[in-house]
Amino acid sequence: MSVATAFEIVLAAVVLGLGTWTIVVRETFSATVGFVAYGLLVALIWVRLDAVDVALTEAAIGGGLGGVLLLGAAARLWDADLMAMEAPGEVARASAAALSVLTAAALAGAVLLLPDPAPTLAPAAVANAWATSLSNPVTNVLMAFRAMDTMLEKVVLLLAIIGVWSLAPDSAWGGRPGPRHQADPRGVLAFLARLLPPVGIVVGIYILWTGADHPGGAFQGGAIVASMWLLAIMAGLADTPPVSRRSVRFILAAGPGLFLVVGLAGLLFGAAFLSYPPAQAKPLILGIEVAMTLTIAATLGLLLAGAPERSAEP
Amino acid sequence: MSGVTVFGLCAAAAVGLGFYGLITNPQPLRKIIAFNLLGSGVFLLFGVVGRRGAVAGTGNDPVPQALVITGVVVAFSATALAIALLLRLFQTTGSTKLSNRTSPGDGSDPAGG
Repeated sequence: MSVATAFEIVLAAVVLGLGTWTIVVRETFSATVGFVAYGLLVALIWVRLDAVDVALTEAAIGGGLGGVLLLGAAARLWDADLMAMEAPGEVARASAAALSVLTAAALAGAVLLLPDPAPTLAPAAVANAWATSLSNPVTNVLMAFRAMDTMLEKVVLLLAIIGVWSLAPDSAWGGRPGPRHQADPRGVLAFLARLLPPVGIVVGIYILWTGADHPGGAFQGGAIVASMWLLAIMAGLADTPPVSRRSVRFILAAGPGLFLVVGLAGLLFGAAFLSYPPAQAKPLILGIEVAMTLTIAATLGLLLAGAPERSAEP
Repeated sequence: MSGVTVFGLCAAAAVGLGFYGLITNPQPLRKIIAFNLLGSGVFLLFGVVGRRGAVAGTGNDPVPQALVITGVVVAFSATALAIALLLRLFQTTGSTKLSNRTSPGDGSDPAGG
């Protein structure tokens, strides 16, 4: 057994151990912390699977922003955790365990019996890379070959934020999301919130730009920019904008809006919906990606901030 | 046994774990975490299948990778919506109990355990 395989077995075992911990531990807060660690280690598995684009997304969104979201909810539901909840009985537990073991066993069997040679679309993606002049195949698939998925996913983000905002109480309708954060202005948090965002924003833009040819792209860059914004909000240096503000809504709609305009232009002047002329493919894709990065950063940040809780007037 | 198979089995176990937690944990927030665990197992299965379909020039089939990136973002937004619903429920009722107030003579409970 090589060193690499031994490392992979240890990594898988630690990931499964953390997964078990998040399910069986008593306190919700501990489960949340376990899930954040789980998300970061799963990103390592993605690196081992040679899927660095997914690893970046998993670390930034699954582990990072998702962790903040779950930790925030766990802290606010601290009191609810203490209330006694009726746990399911022994029989229900046993049947749930049996069902889960059966599901896992079926999936494990499917993994062991996967067909050889494996069916793949990679040759087609590599062979058609010339059409966009981008050399990162994942960006090609996301932005050109299956651009419809990405555009609809932007619409899902928009629907999610509308859903979150519609949970606002009447008194805070159209107001600012989340509580106003206070932090010691000379503390570590406020210091980091001044120090990190300039660097983080540059890193986010770099990740967006390098996504054309190397691992990276709009999702990963947007998530990093969003986390910088959230850092400033949590340190009390910035406040969440009122959701009725016109500029906020414009940024939220910019990504899917531009995508739709380019798609319709392809339908009118080109071959099909969302088809780019090969000569202009790269500038068009980069333009959409810039708009998408802004939209993703704003949407992820506002999804984390939650439903409006304070009226717009201070 | 290759590393890809190890991760495939790990993904299958994560799906099973998440499924168990989703059914048996009475706390809604724990159900959300368990559901995310289940989802991450499904994503990993995509990664394992994509890794086997790698050709020269790509370490992993780009099509499942793109699907997973889209899936991670959609899972995050669904989680955010679920948590917003949960916080609002807690704010309005002061509790996060999911069970509706069942009267004793209600008959069979379709939700089961």
